[in-house]
Amino acid sequence: MTTISDEPSSKVSFWYDPKVRSIISQLILVGLIAWGLYALVTNTIHNLERLNIASGFKFLSTEAGFTLIQSWIPYDKSATYLRAFMVGLINTFYVAIVGIFLATILGFLVGIARLSKSWIISRVATVYVEVLRNIPLLLQIIIWYKILLLLSPDKRGSISILGIGEMNVTGLWTSKFIAHDGFWVTGIAIGIALVLAWKVSRWAHKRQDATGQQFPSFWAGLGIVIGLPLLVFFATGSPGVIESPEFVSEGPMLRRGFKTGVGFVFIPEFLALLFALVLYTATFIAEIVRAGILAVDHGQTEAAGALGLRRGTILRQVVIPQAMRVIIPPLTSQYLNLTKNSSLAMAIGYPDVMGAGGIVLNQSGQAVEMIIMIMVVYLTFSLVTSVFMNWYNAKMSMVER
Amino acid sequence: MKKTLLAIGLGTAVSMAAATAAYAGTLDDVKSKGHIQCGVSQGLPGFSNADAQGNWTGLDVDVCRAMAAAIFGDATKVKYTPLSSKERFTALQSGEIDVLSRNTTWTATRDTALGLNFAGVNYYDGQGFMVRKSLGVTSALQLGGAAVCTNTGTTTELNVADYFRANNMKFEVVAFEKSDEVVGAYDKGRCDVYTTDQSGLFAQRLKLSNVNDHIVLPEIISKEPLGPVVRQGDDQWFNLVRWTHNAMLNAEEMGITSANVDEMLKSKNPAVLRFVGKEGSFGENLGLKNDWAYNIIKQVGNYSESFERNVGPKTPLGIARGLNALWSKGGIQYAPPIR
Repeated sequence: MTTISDEPSSKVSFWYDPKVRSIISQLILVGLIAWGLYALVTNTIHNLERLNIASGFKFLSTEAGFTLIQSWIPYDKSATYLRAFMVGLINTFYVAIVGIFLATILGFLVGIARLSKSWIISRVATVYVEVLRNIPLLLQIIIWYKILLLLSPDKRGSISILGIGEMNVTGLWTSKFIAHDGFWVTGIAIGIALVLAWKVSRWAHKRQDATGQQFPSFWAGLGIVIGLPLLVFFATGSPGVIESPEFVSEGPMLRRGFKTGVGFVFIPEFLALLFALVLYTATFIAEIVRAGILAVDHGQTEAAGALGLRRGTILRQVVIPQAMRVIIPPLTSQYLNLTKNSSLAMAIGYPDVMGAGGIVLNQSGQAVEMIIMIMVVYLTFSLVTSVFMNWYNAKMSMVER
Repeated sequence: MKKTLLAIGLGTAVSMAAATAAYAGTLDDVKSKGHIQCGVSQGLPGFSNADAQGNWTGLDVDVCRAMAAAIFGDATKVKYTPLSSKERFTALQSGEIDVLSRNTTWTATRDTALGLNFAGVNYYDGQGFMVRKSLGVTSALQLGGAAVCTNTGTTTELNVADYFRANNMKFEVVAFEKSDEVVGAYDKGRCDVYTTDQSGLFAQRLKLSNVNDHIVLPEIISKEPLGPVVRQGDDQWFNLVRWTHNAMLNAEEMGITSANVDEMLKSKNPAVLRFVGKEGSFGENLGLKNDWAYNIIKQVGNYSESFERNVGPKTPLGIARGLNALWSKGGIQYAPPIR
């Protein structure tokens, strides 16, 4: 303290030195925030104790006792609350990842369709976007669920959904692949094929840069990725079978319908949630894509046209790569929105992390702990998505020469 | 500068202390705000259900009305908070409601780890199953392989898993948060079976599109004592809820009804005189006026009247007294004496 006031250059007193002031004010702010947090935590703990409510995370190892309709990991009668929570967590990832994938494809298609020269295509796309993005998502989820339950045949009947499987009120039943011993060889083959396809595409790029000659690297890559594993699979003696759903139409009424555990089923709760999330989020993605494409200077298209490129090639090689720079940042927030919106699943009984966590909360009564866990999950998932999209954005951004 | 900071700090500290210290007795709070905040269901006919005008009726609602009659001498001084099964305990713990009267099962966990107290049992229930007649099922033991619709966060959800596992039957549970969603999904054929407390089955059956296509199976798979719940740590309020219910039972036992309670004021029976507040100071001991029980019976009626009005054989639910008859009439409803 004394050293500062002793300096001859500083004529202002200690309290009026702007530097000191700013440091002190920031220290005070940090102190207040820390004290606020401390008060919040101690108050909560104190109040929980006063109300005789048990606290802590010990309850997570207690047996859950309830069942969940969809689970990707073994979940039986001895499963704990923690496992129930994990089941919910995986269900959230499942719907979020499938949803993001499909919404991106649909969004790009619709976004491009809105700019189509064809009057009908662009109008249909416009109507779709304007109608669906203006209806609240929760309503859409519930409507889809009701529609699915109303239109599907009951449990004793089924209707064929072309190319996918059979549908009734218990869900969309389709075949699943069961790997036997020795399938790992095919697994390795898939890995090798992916690497090979990537190498081919790089080689084709280099050759085109050097000589201008084009090579159908997409088709070649697809051939490798499909062909090589198939070849290996049959060479190792087909270690695996495809299991189709089994429909029982004889016997007691209750036993009729699709046999549980045979084949793969998309439960109607998942389908309704997925449809609603994809159709809703795709409208926003479509608008983002349209804005991105419009942001690319028209001269670019004309220049590419002057070079004699076809319309499809212009879109793929000239317009979209430049539009991506505008598209990616808002696209990230749509991905985050979709993930967070999946928590509306609760309304139709899909056991996502919010739903399963909610059941744990209610059965154990540990509200504070469960809410913290659910918040941490969404926060982590959002941050990870953000980090990945930021990395992708940096990769796609304009290379300054 | 220093003074300003000191003032700010003090101000914050005082306001925080005030926020944590404001926790008086529930009865005093209720008296000063002039009404009871009562947690009820989101609509369960016979137990707590609002009509088109927003008037709540039902067996559970009568508990709150009786409490208002005891405290204020006016059964209408109740405000209702409809709660899902998931929200109910948090609402009570946080003080959003004063009493939870929402077909809630008394269990060990809820009575201890949740910091709650059950003040009595106003309806002895048990979990049952409802199925479509077309399934041709006559016993719950034939339900192997069934899809079961139920509410999340309930004892029902746990009992059904126990029952199917104990009997080595395969099953699948589709659970929703709101009862209306459960009934809707069952009605549309998502599930073969709808399970909840048997009283609830009779009540919800009325909401189905074709009431006569469904039957309630005879099996009762659990004990579900339903009753009003309060927070731990306020014995005065706990006593008040417990004795409100006991007063309604005692009145039935002594033959005091809303119709004859005025005549009972002139009764020669000392037990009746104690009940209506002519003798003793039982009301004062509860922190109320001595005519508390008189007001309950005058305005709400005894337990029998409430039962017959809301869920009894003459109502659409048509539930017989069964376990809920008085101990003297073959049931297990038993209240300690007022003396």
